[in-house]
Amino acid sequence: MPTMNMIRALNSALDVKLGQDPDTLIFGQDVGYFGGVFRVTDGLQKKHGLKRCFDAPISEGGIIATAIGMGAFGLRPIAEIQFADYILPALDQLVSEAARLRYRSNGEFWAPITVRSPYGGGIFGGQTHSQSPEAIFAHITGLKTVIPSNPYDAKGLLLAAIEDDDPVIVLEPKRLYNGPFDGRHDQTLETWAGVPEAEVPEGHYTVPLGKAAVVREGRQATVLAYGTMVHVAKAGIEESGVDAELLDLRSIVPLDIETIVASVTKTGRCVILHEASRFGGFGGELSALVQERCFWALKSPVQRVAGWDTPYPHAFEWDYFPGPGRLAAALRRAMED
Amino acid sequence: MANLPPLSLHIPEPSARPGEQSGVAAVQLPEPGETRRPDTLAVEADMRDLPFGLIRVLDDQGVAVGPWIPSVSPDLLRHGLRSMMLTRIFDDRLFRAHRQGKTSFYMKSTGEEAIGAAQSMVLGGGDMCFPTYRVMSWLHARGYPLTEMVNQVFSNEKDPLKGRQLPILYSARAYGFYSLSGNVGSRFGHAVGWAMASAYKGDDKIALAYIGEGTTAEGDFHEALTFASVYHAPCILCVTNNQWAISSYSGIAGGDETTFAAKAIAYGIPGLRVDGNDFLAVWAATEWAAERARSNKGATLIELYTYRAAGHSTSDDPTKYRPADEPEAWPLGDPIERLKQHLITLREWDEDRHAMLADELDQLVRVAVKEAEAVGTLGKSKPPVSEMFEGVFKEPDWRVIEQRRELGV
Repeated sequence: MPTMNMIRALNSALDVKLGQDPDTLIFGQDVGYFGGVFRVTDGLQKKHGLKRCFDAPISEGGIIATAIGMGAFGLRPIAEIQFADYILPALDQLVSEAARLRYRSNGEFWAPITVRSPYGGGIFGGQTHSQSPEAIFAHITGLKTVIPSNPYDAKGLLLAAIEDDDPVIVLEPKRLYNGPFDGRHDQTLETWAGVPEAEVPEGHYTVPLGKAAVVREGRQATVLAYGTMVHVAKAGIEESGVDAELLDLRSIVPLDIETIVASVTKTGRCVILHEASRFGGFGGELSALVQERCFWALKSPVQRVAGWDTPYPHAFEWDYFPGPGRLAAALRRAMED
Repeated sequence: MANLPPLSLHIPEPSARPGEQSGVAAVQLPEPGETRRPDTLAVEADMRDLPFGLIRVLDDQGVAVGPWIPSVSPDLLRHGLRSMMLTRIFDDRLFRAHRQGKTSFYMKSTGEEAIGAAQSMVLGGGDMCFPTYRVMSWLHARGYPLTEMVNQVFSNEKDPLKGRQLPILYSARAYGFYSLSGNVGSRFGHAVGWAMASAYKGDDKIALAYIGEGTTAEGDFHEALTFASVYHAPCILCVTNNQWAISSYSGIAGGDETTFAAKAIAYGIPGLRVDGNDFLAVWAATEWAAERARSNKGATLIELYTYRAAGHSTSDDPTKYRPADEPEAWPLGDPIERLKQHLITLREWDEDRHAMLADELDQLVRVAVKEAEAVGTLGKSKPPVSEMFEGVFKEPDWRVIEQRRELGV
């Protein structure tokens, strides 16, 4: 089985799908001839033809609106928004249209669209190339939001998203495109070579939406994470010395509540880790769910480790970015309480 | 610098406010038959005068004149007349139903009935209309069941949209009528995407979308035009310029500076300006744009120049912001009266038949309202509450399942 970085794995998913289903097509800014600013669509136009993978105007609202119309016609469009930070002009289309079309038309129309977008920090992108907007989408009934943490899942989740009949946003942790990253920014860059999750089949497979992965089994605490933070969590758990169970949520809507509840019920402690700023972040929802469903099993308060409640700051990237040290400290606090 | 007067901010204002003489009658308009008709395959660069003309077919005597006279049989004209009359009678009856407390909200198409009626008759069954809430004559012309419509307005047990939508925000796929939303403009780009998909598939279907002149100020309008222009999307993009966006006159959307049809020039697509109260002109312009779209020549922007004769909605009183007699002063008249007059000049219609038809339609609407009332008006009857939880996703997730259980439905 070939080793793929996340870019190649995503490219492979798109390649497989374009090959299988003539009703799929890709469009977005710079995705055509050039192959995308992160190279995720590299070679797809050449291989599958101009009309299967083409450039779109710099108009996020227009891209999503057009995708919805294509979906209503019967296609399965895959739109790329170049950075998740740029998705906001399309918010009305996602919230008022994609998410609501099936419901308001009583199933006469629906929007089987996939919106891919690189998100997250750790690349010195400043506040316009680093944000994690997943909580905005999670709040919108009718949208699904998927966040892979490794190449194998990225391909399988993307294929599942494309085949899903509801609108799915796939947030791709751009810090993980070329290699795992545990938040230790002063260490040598790692690649995906030799990482088991970078063994990616060439052909078609899916990773179901709404199934968390137990990345590490443990008895003393549960860490909930997704995207880049899965790798940070691994390092943080190691650093803490706590025997923590690590769940990679993989999709936040649908959310694998059963696996979360089973784990926290077993361990009695829960720390939530995400890059997005804390207040109103998805960690708040996770914390509330854990409190509602695992209260009598909890031995200490649920803790959130997250980005600070500031815009994403350029010079202070590593002060802002929740690293393994902050998770380790939270785990130790959870054990003391 | 010293010689220049200080800057002053321009805030546009309409020609008249309540109590004043409306200026709409004084607007300079091209004569019927005056605006030329280029070949449907002509290049856009050679028709940049059209956005400043006005396609008019019917003259003041109801006679069809000029190069845009469409070939429409008397039977089809009578069907158009019937559809417009039905729309107005239905609207008046349902507006009263709102005043009687039978529903929460209603919006009338009064004065704009020619638009949806003519366009739905020109387009084919497989084409798709992306409507606004003021083109209900589209559905009436295609024979949408009246009782179902009233059931929707009443949000009762037989509401085809299961009580999930505000009255008149219909969805009727089988009638080529896309799901409406209360957010204005947000489906304009869907029409372009839909049309692009049709072209992608090598199909022969086209899309038609509406947006109000006020909403042309939204990004959605410009985004859709950009995509339509770039990808030559086979669609007809219509601005219904009915002069008023709630209380804001068309100048607040830039209508004093240029025509809405002229917005097309910047996108390199044809812009037609059409008398929206002239059934034949709407028919002819739509046919022209449809033929062009089906010939792979891409999109056309059509400004349908009309007048919103009634209030914005049941929540609006237009006498608060415009002269009360302005609707009567509108120089392009009433689309129903004008088509009626035309049919009479053709000796295909007369006053007696018109009165009989009005009675017949009134009766149809009465029966439909009665049938819907028998099911129940708003609050007296509603779909099962379980319907609230259906259709959020194709398959419900645990949140919906648990919450439905929590509510006990």
